[in-house]
Amino acid sequence: MLDVLYQALLAPFIDFGFMRRALVGCLALSSSATPVGVFLMLRRMSLTGDAVAHAILPGAALGYMVAGLSLGAMTLGGLMAGWIVALLAGGLARITVLKEDANLAVFYLLSLALGVLLVSTQNRNIDLLHLLFGSVLALNNEALVLLAAIATLTLILLAVFLRPLILECLDPGFLKRHSRLGTLTHLVFLALVVLNLVAGFQALGTLMAVGIMILPATAARFWARQLDQLLVVAVGLAVLGSWSGLLLSWHWDLPTGPAIILMLGCLHLISLFLGRDGLLKRWIHPAKHLTS
Amino acid sequence: MVQEQPLVCLENLTLGYEKHPAVHHLSGHIYSQDLLAVVGPNGAGKSTLLKGLMQELRPLGGRIGWPQGKISVAYLPQRSGLNLDFPLTVEDFVSLGHWPRLGAFAAFSGKRRQQVRGAMEAVGMQGFEQASLESLSGGQLQRILFARLLLEDAQLLLLDEPFAAVDEQTTSDLLHLVQQLNREGKTLVAVLHDLHQVREYFPQTLLLARDLVDWGPTVSVLTQDNLEKARGMRGPFDPLADVCETQPGSAH
Repeated sequence: MLDVLYQALLAPFIDFGFMRRALVGCLALSSSATPVGVFLMLRRMSLTGDAVAHAILPGAALGYMVAGLSLGAMTLGGLMAGWIVALLAGGLARITVLKEDANLAVFYLLSLALGVLLVSTQNRNIDLLHLLFGSVLALNNEALVLLAAIATLTLILLAVFLRPLILECLDPGFLKRHSRLGTLTHLVFLALVVLNLVAGFQALGTLMAVGIMILPATAARFWARQLDQLLVVAVGLAVLGSWSGLLLSWHWDLPTGPAIILMLGCLHLISLFLGRDGLLKRWIHPAKHLTS
Repeated sequence: MVQEQPLVCLENLTLGYEKHPAVHHLSGHIYSQDLLAVVGPNGAGKSTLLKGLMQELRPLGGRIGWPQGKISVAYLPQRSGLNLDFPLTVEDFVSLGHWPRLGAFAAFSGKRRQQVRGAMEAVGMQGFEQASLESLSGGQLQRILFARLLLEDAQLLLLDEPFAAVDEQTTSDLLHLVQQLNREGKTLVAVLHDLHQVREYFPQTLLLARDLVDWGPTVSVLTQDNLEKARGMRGPFDPLADVCETQPGSAH
């Protein structure tokens, strides 16, 4: 029995280096992209993450066109394109009649179209699926170092900017009255979103990267009612989803990125029904009320 | 007798949005320890005036002077500006009142925590430390906003409709707190709608209808005649309005 469990749950990571690297990459992403996703959700900016994730595709494709299959060039291209869309969507919402959600929709459609166009017109054999859905099983040491560096930087910046971040979401007027950190905080946060999506793109691809950011955060909302609990539960769910997704992909020979995102989706559904604030609790005792 | 220097001087002040005046050619002084009610119909520029005092809005004309130098200003917002879904405890929310002294990065000491508890007790919210913001009623929320205001410990307190949609008991408690703060030396400016409250608790009143209707002792400002004038204020902004050439009026 123990042997079966060992073979099913641990052996792939112990026996194969590429599975270990994939797991370490996912752990790095879970510890940085997921907390950023919690703040994205709390700031009601979940779709911003989606739009920026799509914008990374043409940037990475441009990086590839300039320097070939280079981690540095594609990362830099993705960072620049993501940053431009994040700034433009927010900036245009302030100076035109269109709101931020409409601007984001415009930019993410254009980015995706441009990205697919750039990729498909290349003579060199670039794998579109690799860009769109990532290749977590092919993470090399260079990519792992990049993921770890981004995770470290993210955690440091989140810790330093925690109070302004909370206040910018809870009572932006208070932050504006007492500090000039409002704009800086917003820009730092957008930079963290872009950085973590680029990190996620290495492992999960442009389309799936936003999943490890948002899905654990939304699932955790059904379990936790305070920010600190929310962050811990979200990271825990991200780790669990990544680990089970990798196993699903290993045992059933499925594409890894989508398998991880699907497992995170399952955790979301489980939380939706079984969570402390989930649906089941409402259905079981609909007429009951508490004493105080 | 030499009159003391005012805390705030409004000199022919015009505040507004996209060149349309919401507060028009307002002149007057706010003195230290004033307890001033700002009254007027909806759209009269009351909240805009508070934004001007907080320097969130740059004047379209005139100026706001601070003869005693820059002073600390705290603001009690309307609830609509808050995102109450945010998962934070009441104690953590009130702690944000320490921001003006601690800034974004300094740690909270035990003494600061004690001050938070003290402020919560002063507004009758002891025992709610670990409650979540979204679980609070309108009146409870107003009390913790006051607790945060107490911690800010500013010289000039600006209250934007502090008793809107709040029950009688809470209103009464908070009005007594306002009076106590005033006795302790604070200057308070409150936007209010209930004229009975204004007559009973606020010795000074500024009656605004974009233009100044009257400013002075409440008894002489809240007359039938003045209130009629305020009701006859102008309608919505006119996109084809001419450029204003009005000369400065006299200060109150």
